[in-house]
Amino acid sequence: MSAATMPGGVPLNRKGIRWRRVALHAFLLAAALVWLLPLVWALYTSLRPYSDTATHGYVSFTGVLNFDNYVRAWNDAELIRYFVNTIIIVVPAVILTLLLASMAAFTLARFSWRFNLAMLMLFTAGNLLPPQVIITPLFRMYLILPFPKPLSDNGLLYDQYVGIILIHVAFQLGFCTFVLANYMKTLPKELTEAAVVDGAHTFQIYWKVIMPLVRPPLAALAVLEFTWIYNDFFWALLLMRTGSKLPITSALNNLKGQFFVDNNLIAAGSVIVAIPTLIVFFAAQRQFISGLSLGSTKG
Amino acid sequence: MTDRVAEMSVKVPPLPVTGGTATDLVTPGRKGRGPLLLSRRDMVILALMAGIPAFIHIFFVWVPTILSVLLSFTSWNGIGGLDRIKVVGLKNYSDLVSIYQPFWPAVQHNLIWLGVFLLIATPIGMLFAVLLDKDLRGTRFYQSALYLPVVLSLAIVGFIAQLFYAPEQGLINNLLGTTGQNGQQLIDWLGNKSLNLWAVLVFASWRHIGYIMILYLAGLKGVDPTLREAAKVDGANEVQTFFRVVFPVMAPINIVILVITLIESLRAFDLVFIINKGLNGLELLSVLVTNNIIGEASRVGFGSAIAVVLLTISVGPIVLYLTRSQKGIGE
Repeated sequence: MSAATMPGGVPLNRKGIRWRRVALHAFLLAAALVWLLPLVWALYTSLRPYSDTATHGYVSFTGVLNFDNYVRAWNDAELIRYFVNTIIIVVPAVILTLLLASMAAFTLARFSWRFNLAMLMLFTAGNLLPPQVIITPLFRMYLILPFPKPLSDNGLLYDQYVGIILIHVAFQLGFCTFVLANYMKTLPKELTEAAVVDGAHTFQIYWKVIMPLVRPPLAALAVLEFTWIYNDFFWALLLMRTGSKLPITSALNNLKGQFFVDNNLIAAGSVIVAIPTLIVFFAAQRQFISGLSLGSTKG
Repeated sequence: MTDRVAEMSVKVPPLPVTGGTATDLVTPGRKGRGPLLLSRRDMVILALMAGIPAFIHIFFVWVPTILSVLLSFTSWNGIGGLDRIKVVGLKNYSDLVSIYQPFWPAVQHNLIWLGVFLLIATPIGMLFAVLLDKDLRGTRFYQSALYLPVVLSLAIVGFIAQLFYAPEQGLINNLLGTTGQNGQQLIDWLGNKSLNLWAVLVFASWRHIGYIMILYLAGLKGVDPTLREAAKVDGANEVQTFFRVVFPVMAPINIVILVITLIESLRAFDLVFIINKGLNGLELLSVLVTNNIIGEASRVGFGSAIAVVLLTISVGPIVLYLTRSQKGIGE
């Protein structure tokens, strides 16, 4: 092994390097294929007619593929309604999280307050808590606390979109504030000073000077938060009661009974629900990765 | 933290107190010049900008955390007003460890989950990161394939797992000839108590490995390349270079990876809930908490006691993370 890294190696060593490289490629290729297998299998199953798999078994290749299961899953399960529910939750939740987190990050990163450190630590620690630690009292709070009518049709937070949005925002604020504050600290101080000298007040500095400069981490966080909030099904599972108001991921679980014996239909439903996150995966890969990296490597 | 910030900023003499927070404010650093006083309106704006997010976070995350601890010493079935809450001392905890049957299995399953993540999944994710860091041709494809499961909802991962493990229609039993049909023997991957946790962990790891891979790869990209070159010149092989040079330099990321692995093992919930609502061999602490608040018998105090057990275990990794991030914040 050490021979391979010695400078000025003889052809024999170079052969050793190439052989290792081939082995490495073979290993990574095998791993990649194993990793893709579950999705490929789901896709394959979803495209096969149920009758076909019933007669030939699931491990068979009859060549008959169509979108019938997708049509059935889409219509029978009224998936469109649940997609709309998801949008009602995800869009405001992501916007509110980023807006509030950027404000908090701005005050923490650009000004020195006595409780800066305490607040960042509280935010970070809160973000790491398992949600189940808080769910019991939260469930009761949602049932007891009054909430103004236009946002809540039963006067409570329980069984309301606004309740789900708020808990997502509260939980995700920690991570986003942390990432944004670290990023804002890297911006030169003179920026703020120049604006102050020009007579700008703090909100203008935040909105007109700082926000345009933090677009890269905002984009990365938007992608990441969209994926996380879209994928979540825990909060809605416990804090929503009305079945027709569930987001798509929680609804999918409720529909399992309906699909139970029909794996083809389950596969089609899963693929449909995965499509938005897969689009994000292919379209915004860089933002997704940089968002995750920002959280782990900076600070 | 914020050494540099603190050093550059100048404390403002106490202002007429408006709401307590105003006196805490220090102006932005203006080295060599006098302190820059913010107008009162600016301070009110700043207080709101920090105060609203802080309020939402504290009210929805930390207030329930504290209430969890308090309620764990009480008995309440959730019916009737708050005056029906009775203080019972440590009874919930003693019931938990002595009478409540799913408790110890759940602890054991959480430990197995943690063990598999810590000893198998996380190291594999790190290994993939190290291999991908070599920037071979095709790295992008390998990387995308490995982290694809990370963007999927665990609800979907649970459904895909069922496509593999279903007794009669599942891929694995059809390949092994163990569907229980036509005189075949049956392996019930998700129904058999001694198998199902391991079967679920395969899919949990499928996702966790990709997650760790991305995080670690990002860390590796930040390692100064001259360190590796120096090690190479000194005659170290790749394995030696990694363990003696790269791994120690990566200490901060290693801690993040460790914390994430611990926290993810405690948070595990979705997969087992999708598969069988966390029963029959798939009990986890997180599931026991929710079982005590949904369903017919709502035992608020008892559920809170389980949540406090979960909280107590989480404190370790959280403190570890905070002490490490505290060092980084001032950078």
